[in-house]
Amino acid sequence: MRTFFALVGFGPTGWGWQLLLATWMTLSVSAAAFAIGLVCGVAGAWAKLSHSPAARRAGDVYTTVLRGIPDLLVVYLFYFGGSQVLTSGARLFGQSGFFGFNSFMAGALAIGIVSGAYQTEAIRGAYYAIPRGEIEAARAVGMPGFLMLRRIIAPRVLRFALPAMGNVWQSALKDSALISVTGLAEILREIHIGAGSTSRPFDFYITGFILYLVLTTISGAGFRGAESWTLRSERRA
Amino acid sequence: MNELSFIADTMRQLLTGVPLTLELTLISVGVGGALAIILSVLRASFTPFAWFVRLYVFALRGTPLLLQMFLIYYGLGQFDAVQRSFLWPFLRQPYWCAILALSLNTAAYGSEIIRGGLQSVPAGSIESARVCGMSGLLLYRRVILPLALRQALPAYGSEVIAMVKSTSLASIVTLMEISGIAYAIISETYRALEVFLCAGLIYLAINFVLTRAVAGLEIWLSPHLRPATS
Repeated sequence: MRTFFALVGFGPTGWGWQLLLATWMTLSVSAAAFAIGLVCGVAGAWAKLSHSPAARRAGDVYTTVLRGIPDLLVVYLFYFGGSQVLTSGARLFGQSGFFGFNSFMAGALAIGIVSGAYQTEAIRGAYYAIPRGEIEAARAVGMPGFLMLRRIIAPRVLRFALPAMGNVWQSALKDSALISVTGLAEILREIHIGAGSTSRPFDFYITGFILYLVLTTISGAGFRGAESWTLRSERRA
Repeated sequence: MNELSFIADTMRQLLTGVPLTLELTLISVGVGGALAIILSVLRASFTPFAWFVRLYVFALRGTPLLLQMFLIYYGLGQFDAVQRSFLWPFLRQPYWCAILALSLNTAAYGSEIIRGGLQSVPAGSIESARVCGMSGLLLYRRVILPLALRQALPAYGSEVIAMVKSTSLASIVTLMEISGIAYAIISETYRALEVFLCAGLIYLAINFVLTRAVAGLEIWLSPHLRPATS
């Protein structure tokens, strides 16, 4: 037990600071991915709810493809594909050699676009939960489209979609572990290095296990709190 | 090499990974599904186990699958007891470690799905089975489980799709299934987009067939919902 804490603690031979930094990295890359997913989700839901058949078809393709393909492949696509685009772009400007795509950007984009597909369904489902009467009432008082979106639809959608968004956040947090394959120093990458450079791999992996559990538990409680806060004005049965 | 022959060649190589992907999926869904049923029944019927099952589900659903796979594949070897045990010939092979991690992981998600199914079994059905004198295993086998599993089937279908996608993580512990081959081709040629399209197409095809199969199974198991035929 003492060797365990010497290994992952903050002592002279401990990995504590690295792991703390890695936890911060996991949180920031997941938050970036979640934000990108939110943008993609709003766009996707808008496309799927629109009157234009082409937009609906595009939204369908987006959610079907991104929910049917392993996230790992999407990470590879953005990481290596981004480098592919950068390298050939640099060649156009007379630069030779290989240009790597930033692994934080590639990872956040990849996980973000995947979580956007799930976000789309969450937002679309929430839109259907808005009582039609509220939208009709907004129209009846003469609200133009954008004002109605801002005052009526967006707050209602946010309230109804929050539980599903909590799940999307949890999976973005867990999927961020996949970004470790690009070498980004987040939790899994850091404990993998630690496990490889000492003779105590289990100690490192179990530390990572606990770190992820702490993150998912705390953020889960946060989302539950936010949920009950948004429901404070709802009538309860 | 021109574009079309590169894609054809990539497709040919990727297709050789399909059997391994399917094998990993089928074994882990089978083992994990059986484990999920056991866990959810234990949780429903024995209070002391309920805590254990809740802890299990909490731990396995709160952490990334890749970490669980690493923990089993790289982590367990730290202990001499594991290295000396009869399990070591299995636990040092990436194949069995991947299957173990996938099965344990899907068992956690699956037990929650089946728990929902168990809760949906009408109390009246259980009471009437008890009135007929059924109890214990017979009651579960004849009444509760068939009703619960049919109810859980649509949600379980999404879990199977999630498992097909999760088998791609086995490539990180060196197994050459579809994603492993895709990674090898990408790192050899740096043509990520083409390889991604080919591999994605294969995964989509597998998932399409599986979705249809689950939907068919659902219709077959729900004769009471079919419209009457003359």
